[in-house]
Amino acid sequence: MAGKVALDLRFRGGDGKSACPLNISDILSAAVTIAFNGLAYAMVLYLISVGLSVTMGMMGFVNLAHGVFAMAGGYVLTSLMSRWGVPFLPALLAAALIVAGASIPVERLLYRRFYGGDDLDQVLLTIGLVFMSVAGATYIWGPLQQPLQPPAWLNTPFDLGFRSFPAYRSFLILSGAALVTALWLAVERTRFGARVRASVDNLRMAQSIGIDTSRLFMATFALGSGLAGLGGALGADLLAVNPGYALQNLVFFLIVVAVGGLGSIRGPFFAAILIGVTDTASKYLVPEFGAFFIYALTLVVLLWRPNGLFGRA
Amino acid sequence: MRNSGAVGIFARRHHHHPLEALPWLAAVAAYFAFPSYLPLGAQILATILFALSADLVLGYAGIVTLGQAAFFGAGAYTAGLLAAHGWGEPVSGLLAGAVVAALIGLLSGIVILRTTGLTLLMLTLVVASMLYEAVNKASWLTGGDDGLQGMQVWPIFGWFRFDLFGRTAYCYCLIVLFLCWLAVRRMVHSPFGRSLVGIRENIRRMHAIGAPVARRRLVVYTISAALAGASGVLIAQTTGFVGLTFLGLDRSGSVLIMLIIGGVGRLYGAFIGVPLYMIAQDRFSEIDPVYWYFWIGLLMVVVVVFARGGVLGLFERFWRWTR
Repeated sequence: MAGKVALDLRFRGGDGKSACPLNISDILSAAVTIAFNGLAYAMVLYLISVGLSVTMGMMGFVNLAHGVFAMAGGYVLTSLMSRWGVPFLPALLAAALIVAGASIPVERLLYRRFYGGDDLDQVLLTIGLVFMSVAGATYIWGPLQQPLQPPAWLNTPFDLGFRSFPAYRSFLILSGAALVTALWLAVERTRFGARVRASVDNLRMAQSIGIDTSRLFMATFALGSGLAGLGGALGADLLAVNPGYALQNLVFFLIVVAVGGLGSIRGPFFAAILIGVTDTASKYLVPEFGAFFIYALTLVVLLWRPNGLFGRA
Repeated sequence: MRNSGAVGIFARRHHHHPLEALPWLAAVAAYFAFPSYLPLGAQILATILFALSADLVLGYAGIVTLGQAAFFGAGAYTAGLLAAHGWGEPVSGLLAGAVVAALIGLLSGIVILRTTGLTLLMLTLVVASMLYEAVNKASWLTGGDDGLQGMQVWPIFGWFRFDLFGRTAYCYCLIVLFLCWLAVRRMVHSPFGRSLVGIRENIRRMHAIGAPVARRRLVVYTISAALAGASGVLIAQTTGFVGLTFLGLDRSGSVLIMLIIGGVGRLYGAFIGVPLYMIAQDRFSEIDPVYWYFWIGLLMVVVVVFARGGVLGLFERFWRWTR
């Protein structure tokens, strides 16, 4: 289920058992490797999870099917590139736009009627959608993982002088950082962002001062799904695109949202970094424990702060 | 004494209704009517127990859980490990599995039941994922991805062998299910069970009238874990195999689906939903196992959107409509 993360720790030779760095430079090198890969993973987790956080916090909807949008992004990207020869960047953009567009009918026809309703209904509805996505993806693309072939300019390592970094993941971190900055600026500085913040804080008050929350929900949902599609596409290298995607990775997306705080836009970012780096570190240093530490960490954080690190009581 | 009005309804509700014999008569009849489907029948009976355990937490205590498979798998692996390491006695294996599952339920319950709502939902999933990962990584003991090999299950009481046709398995599962059902039925109609419904319907009021809400939730969570564990043991012993799928999220999800198809919080929903689901799955899987997930997902969406309350809910609505 969880933990099918293809973390490729490229700087390390050997079999993963060489977990004891002996001297300072080894320790530093390991720390840089962990930070670098953890950050790349965190970007993917955040892009995918931020929409889920808003859906849960603002609309009161447990969207267990959120991973389906991320998976769809990955499939759109890989299909466009391998079947139709679309270049990488346009295919990325198309993945985000197509997923965002496709999410609108889902929201209008299905999700809307369950906002703020019974948890169980939402859980069942979205689990149903996840099951459909598993079968649908197998039907269309087959059971095997879809490989991502990055363009040539992302295949050459990126040299920083003291060491070189894999280009694709450097690109992932940089573009993720740019997107996060843009998203936060949009939320802080635009009218749309102000409306979103108002609705998360106090839905009824937002409605009574004349914000059309129904349309706002639709727009926010589409934006969140589009980001998830983009995250799924960008992260096709880290989270393997296969039919079981939504089921395998669900727990990680939920953890990021729960630890970050429901409805928070910044919280999941720090949660994603915490989870991404911890997961990478534990897989690098103690691979025999797998994802165990992440779950333990989540348990502890949520017991300490049940509303997440940045959630409101 | 007049048995009418509200008092009468409350006085009578724990009496055995003739209709309640129906599932059991059907189960006995199925034994004779479909001798070649007894292995499937045994699986269905064991899964009904699993759904019953989920109904207890979900339908009666109102805890939406995505981690019920943790207890199912814990029971199954306990019995499986015993059987693979030289203790294949089924009844003691059943008890051991239930006790281990109950312990895990108790310990995790103490920790996670302090939270509510979405956080609780996620923590149930986190506990199940944790157990999954632990079992997956401890492959020297559990066989990891390949599943547990070499289970040797002895005859029940040294007498009834598990035969190829599933006769013993069917009867074994039926008897265990019946005993558990009697206990659960008694429990939900007891004051304890009523107070659980109170907690589900209005937790604040239960706090206000001084009910020990936290303890009751913990107790029902533990009992449900024990039942789920017993169900896992039944499946492990009758199929002679335990694997990681016993602990997976899809198992936690599909038991909710089976329950919802039958009807939640009714005690009998499990008896309708599970056979419907599993027989349909058996038929569809012959055509194509992949499509099965599509149709069950679609069915789920349709049930949630149009037919809340499941099959029993539809019957109730029809019943009210005719009167």
